[in-house]
Amino acid sequence: MHKRTTLRALAAATMTLGLGLAAQTASAADTGPIKIGLVLPMTGQQASTGRQIDAAVKLYMAQNNPVIGGRKVEVIVKDDASTPDQTRRLAQELVVNDKVVALAGFGITPSAMATAPIATQSKTPMVVMAAATSAITEASPYVVRTSFTLPQAAVAIAEWANKNGIKKVVSLVSDYGPGIDAEKYFADRITLNSGQVVDKLRTPLRAPDFAPVLQKVRDASPQALFVFLPSGQGAAFMKQFAERGLDKAGIRLIGTGDITDDDQLNDMGDVALGVVTSHHYAANHKSAVNQKFVEAFKKANNGMRPNFMAVGGYDGMRVIVEGLKASKGVGGDALLAGMKGQIFESPRGPVLIDAQTRDIVHDMYVRKVEKVGGELHNVEFDAIKAMKDPGKSK
Amino acid sequence: MLTLLFDGIAYGMLLFVLAVGLAVTLGLMNFVNLAHGAFAMAGGYVTVLLMDRAGVPFLATLPLAFLLPALVGAVAERLLYRPMYKRPHLDHVLFSIGLVFMTVAAVDWLVGSQQQIVKLPQWLQGRFEIADVGIGKYRLFIIVVCLLLTLMLQWVLGRTRFGSRLRAAVDDPRVAAGLGINVNQVFSITFAVGSGLAGLGGALGAEVLGLDPSFPLKFMIYFLIVVSVGGTTTITGPLLAALLLGIADVMGKYYVPQLGAFVVYLLMVVILFWRPQGLFGRGATR
Repeated sequence: MHKRTTLRALAAATMTLGLGLAAQTASAADTGPIKIGLVLPMTGQQASTGRQIDAAVKLYMAQNNPVIGGRKVEVIVKDDASTPDQTRRLAQELVVNDKVVALAGFGITPSAMATAPIATQSKTPMVVMAAATSAITEASPYVVRTSFTLPQAAVAIAEWANKNGIKKVVSLVSDYGPGIDAEKYFADRITLNSGQVVDKLRTPLRAPDFAPVLQKVRDASPQALFVFLPSGQGAAFMKQFAERGLDKAGIRLIGTGDITDDDQLNDMGDVALGVVTSHHYAANHKSAVNQKFVEAFKKANNGMRPNFMAVGGYDGMRVIVEGLKASKGVGGDALLAGMKGQIFESPRGPVLIDAQTRDIVHDMYVRKVEKVGGELHNVEFDAIKAMKDPGKSK
Repeated sequence: MLTLLFDGIAYGMLLFVLAVGLAVTLGLMNFVNLAHGAFAMAGGYVTVLLMDRAGVPFLATLPLAFLLPALVGAVAERLLYRPMYKRPHLDHVLFSIGLVFMTVAAVDWLVGSQQQIVKLPQWLQGRFEIADVGIGKYRLFIIVVCLLLTLMLQWVLGRTRFGSRLRAAVDDPRVAAGLGINVNQVFSITFAVGSGLAGLGGALGAEVLGLDPSFPLKFMIYFLIVVSVGGTTTITGPLLAALLLGIADVMGKYYVPQLGAFVVYLLMVVILFWRPQGLFGRGATR
C-alpha cells in the first residue's frame, strides 16, 4: 500500500514537472533570446585564439545587434582551456541546459572532434571558427567551418615554391593532426611538380627547444624549410632559425601563415622580415571591408591587431546570424540549411560556405613579411582564387 | 656533432640553474617544493616586463630577476613554508602544487596567457664558428653565467661560515640551535637564494624555453628529473645530471627523432635503476 502511494506520488510529480518544463520551454521559445554557445580556450596554451575570437564575436554582435523575429540573439561564452573532454562536457551542457541553437568556437582539432558526436545526436549545427584539420567537417553532418584548412595553406605555399624554382625542401611540423595534414599535403604537391622533400621532421607539440631539429635542417642544406607550428610558437622558432644562421646559409623559410601570426608578428623583430607564407587572412589585406574591420577591432580592443582567428570568429558569427534569419530563428536542420551555400564579402575577401562539404572556400594569399609604416605586416603579393579544401577531393 | 654537443651543454646548464635551487630546498632543507617553477616563472616575467614596459636593458634586468623572486621567496618562506616544515611530505606536495596552480592563474589574469618574447640585445644574437663548431652567442653567454654561478655556490656551501652553518642546521637543527646558530634565519636565507636562482634561470631561459603562464607545470618534470638523477646532497650532482640530460635531450632529438623527448625519461629510468639514490646521493637521509 505504502509502496503504491509513493509510486503514484512520483508519477504525479513527474507529470507536473514534465508539463511545467514543456510549458516553460514553449513560452521561452517564443519570447526569450536565441542562444548560441561559444566554447573557446580562454586560458591555457591556446588562450590567444580564444581572446581573438571572443573579441571578434563581441565586435560582430555590437555592430549588428541581431534581432530575429522579435527575439534577441545572445552568445554564451564558455572556457574549455583546450581540454577536449571539457569541450565536450561544456557543449553538452549548452545543448541540454541552455538550449542553444548552435555551438561555435573550438580552438583545437581534438576539441572539435570530441564535440562532433554531440552535434550529430542533438542535431545542433556546430560552427568551427579555429581548428583546421581537414577531417573535422567529416566528423558530423552538422559541422560548418569558417576558419580554414591546413591542406589549403600547405598546397598554396607548395605551389608558390614550385613556381619559384625551389626543388629541394625539408618540412618541419608539430606532431599532431594539423601538422600531419600540413606535412602530407605540402609533400604531395611539391613532389607532384618534380620537387623533393629530403627530410620530414616532426617536433613535439610542447617543444622546449628547437636546436636539434634546426641543426638537422642545416645539415640537410635544402633550398627552403617549410614550417607549420601552432600560432604562439612561431616567434621562438624564428629567432632560433636566425640564431643558427640558417638564413645566412641560404635556406629560405616558408610556411603556413601560423608562424607569422598577426597577433605576435610585430613583437618578433626583424628576424621575421622576408619570410614567405600562405594564408587566408592578413590584417594588412587591402579591401574596404577589411580596413573597416581592423579599425573597429583595434578600437574596441585597446589597439590589439586582429589575426586569422579573429576573422574566423567574425565570419562564423555572421554565418550563424544570417542562417538564423533564413530559418526565422529555428535551429537544427533549418539553421544548417540556412548556413550552407552562403556567399559574402568577408574581411579576408570573397567567401563561400560550400554546400556539399560545409567547409569554407576562399582565396589563399601568398604573403611576405615587410615593414609597413614602422610595423611588421604580412604583405600579400599573390593569390590562388576560390580555393576548396584539397583534403576533400579524395 | 660538436655543435650539437655545445647546444646540449648550454641546454643542460640552463636546466641546472633552474633546478639547483630545488636541489637546495629539497635536498638540504628536506622540503618538497613543487612550486619551484613558479619562482622561475617570476624571474622570467620580471625580465620580460621590465624590458618591454620600462625599456630596461637585458643585462640590467638579470639582477632584478634574481632579487625579486628571492624577496618573494623570503616572504613566502616566513609566512607559508615555515609552518609546513614539520609536516609530512605529502602535505608539502599538496601545498606546493596548490601554490603552482594559484600562480598560473594569477599570471594569466595579470599579464595574459600569450607567449612572452624576449628581445635580446644585438651583441647576444647570432653565432660564430670556431673550427666548424657553430656557437650561438646567447648559448655561450648562458654557459658562462652558469659556470660562474656554480663556482660561487660551491664556494659558499663548502668554504664559508654560512655554508657550514647551513649544513649544521640541516643535519641537526636542535643541536645547531643550541650552538647559537639562528636556524630559522639560515633557512630563510637559503630558501630565498634558492628562489632567486630559479628566478635567474627563468630569466635566462625565457629566450630558449619560451615563457607563458603554464611554465611551472611544463618544466616541473625537468627540474624533478635533474634533482632525482643528480642526488640532492651536492652541487656537482645536479650539475652533472643537468648536463647529461641536456646533451641526451638534444642528441636524442637529432639522432632518434622517433623517440622524441622520451630519451630523457629512458635515461632517468636507467640511472635510477642503477643508483636509486641518484648519481651522487649518499643513500637515504634519515
